[in-house]
Amino acid sequence: MKYLHLVWAALTRRKVRTGLTLLSVVVAFVLFGLLESVNSVFTTAGQTVGAAHRLITISKMGLFNPMPVSLEAQIRAVRGVGAVSRYSFFGGTYQSPKNVIGTLFAVQRNFFDLYPEFKIAPSALRAFDATQTGAIVGAALARKYHWKVGDQIPIKSMIYPRKGGSYIWTFDLVGIYHARTPLEEQDFLFRWHYFDEARAFGKGTVGLFVEKIAHPRQASRIAAAIDALSVNSGHETKTQSDSAFAVDFLSQYVDLGLIVHAIMGAVFFTLMLLTGNTMAQAVRERTPELAVLKTLGFSNRSVLSLVLAESVLLVILGGALGLLLAAAVVHVLQGQMGAQLPMMPVGGGIWLRGIVVMALIGLAVGALPARRGMRLRIVDALSGR
Amino acid sequence: MSALVEIRSLSKVYQRGRQRIEVLHHINLDVAQGEFVALMGPSGSGKTTLLNLIGGLDSPTEGTLAVAGERIDQLGQGALARWRAAHVGFVFQFYNLLPMLSAQRNVELPLLLTKLKGAERRRNASVALQLVGLADRATHKPGELSGGQQQRVAIARAIVSDPTLLVCDEPTGDLDRQSAEEVLDLLQQLNRAHGKTIVMVTHDPKAAEHAGRILHLDKGTLVESEQAAA
Ligand SMILES: Nc1ncnc2c1ncn2[C@@H]1O[C@H](COP(=O)(O)OP(=O)(O)O)[C@@H](O)[C@H]1O
Ligand SMILES: [Mg+2]
Repeated sequence: MKYLHLVWAALTRRKVRTGLTLLSVVVAFVLFGLLESVNSVFTTAGQTVGAAHRLITISKMGLFNPMPVSLEAQIRAVRGVGAVSRYSFFGGTYQSPKNVIGTLFAVQRNFFDLYPEFKIAPSALRAFDATQTGAIVGAALARKYHWKVGDQIPIKSMIYPRKGGSYIWTFDLVGIYHARTPLEEQDFLFRWHYFDEARAFGKGTVGLFVEKIAHPRQASRIAAAIDALSVNSGHETKTQSDSAFAVDFLSQYVDLGLIVHAIMGAVFFTLMLLTGNTMAQAVRERTPELAVLKTLGFSNRSVLSLVLAESVLLVILGGALGLLLAAAVVHVLQGQMGAQLPMMPVGGGIWLRGIVVMALIGLAVGALPARRGMRLRIVDALSGR
Repeated sequence: MSALVEIRSLSKVYQRGRQRIEVLHHINLDVAQGEFVALMGPSGSGKTTLLNLIGGLDSPTEGTLAVAGERIDQLGQGALARWRAAHVGFVFQFYNLLPMLSAQRNVELPLLLTKLKGAERRRNASVALQLVGLADRATHKPGELSGGQQQRVAIARAIVSDPTLLVCDEPTGDLDRQSAEEVLDLLQQLNRAHGKTIVMVTHDPKAAEHAGRILHLDKGTLVESEQAAA
């Protein structure tokens, strides 16, 4: 710490150059913060306490291939399985084809037992039980379309016509549920039995089963036992933990992680060339000064540390500034777009990863100049050789 | 009584590619505690080389070199660095202050390597600046000081950790007559009033007159001249 003023003096020696380098670090880490914020939506999907206690069973052929309802009784009999619930996808649009609601599901009443993170009033649940066409929607979705309990909501299904041929299904909104984040308040849920009775085809088939398990440790054993039920049956299943399922589900659209890492790789590579060049120049210029420090008795190691500290400090300063900016941007966007924004706040996890990346980049770009400073021969440097 | 600096048959050879330059040939020299020695000689005669060896900035090719009884020719790089920090103060022709640090901070530099606390470092540095007559310039950066003042700051830095030995390489080489006189008077005062042993390289016979003894180096061998009339 007592050397900090030396590091600082070195950094502020060429203010314009340091400023420009700092700016490029800031920009790189704003980008890092924003991309990580998007990426977090994917990597943290389904990582709730509840999710650890849930398994999801879908058709081995893919999410949209139906399974017979009869499987449910067999699943319920598997040792370790508690409650089982079924639901079906029901993609639809509201009013205009542009208003796609991808999170429309036909569910059973015990859906809310399996998803304790979805908070719903008991009175709303009773109304759900009592209303054939009842629907419960997430608070964020309700806000978006200005829906209130009591509203009649016509949904045009993208998959299922009703008996009689109409694709319009009208639901009565009986309740609104709340969850931790707007992202989890996007579901439109209605009664599976109503759906099964009224649809023109596919009666008796299900898109997904959800199983509650008492011990997350047993997840893989139970999943294997469930999948064994349908082996060689023509409707084989694939059972996995809810968190694994969520990631799978999202990445069927796009492998965002890969894209994020590719972009960040390119950005950080450029950043390292730039910062590395600055550091090399800075140390070359200061060769006589480093020689003086050594003359005074500073060890090779302290000279090495001084230069490394300089580059690490530079990157951490710029990086922290960048992440702060990214956090502010996400905050503002969330204020404006709410749950539509596929971004998580820039939180502890992103900061932690960010700081590790900053330290690594700082060390990497400082390494060569620092080694050069360390190896400097005093007599040569002093005589300008 | 044995000398503070004891040099026996000291040689230094620089190897540049295939070329061998023998800069110092079997030099013998004793410098007693409290002496002020001037080292003169034509350019390229090896003065800086000899001074750097005495100051422990470089190691000899042959021969022995002891300071205060310690064989510094046998020390490794790390040990030599620690030895320099404890025993030698350096003054160079071009002052070699760190341009971004105030005079005070420059003088404090050697103390960073000691166990002294921040407050003690500041106090010792202030005392050293007072001694060279620049207490009022403590917050100035080198660029805001004249050459003579910068050299006095460098001298304060050289003495702040109370070294055994001061080595000065053409300390007045870049100064006008008046500033040079001030710097030389200061060195002389450090020698006489504070008992500092000084080895100073200089071109300038007037500067050498401030020393108690003048040595001439010519093509790598040492010739003692008559006692200076200091
Ligand atoms: N690091 C070195 N490598 C090669 N040659 C050197 C080195 N240092 C000094 N010399 C050579 O040694 C000779 C003496 O140099 P130096 O001691 O600096 O002389 P002076 O200080 O008397 O002018 C010169 O010829 C110089 O070129
Ligand atoms: Mg010289």
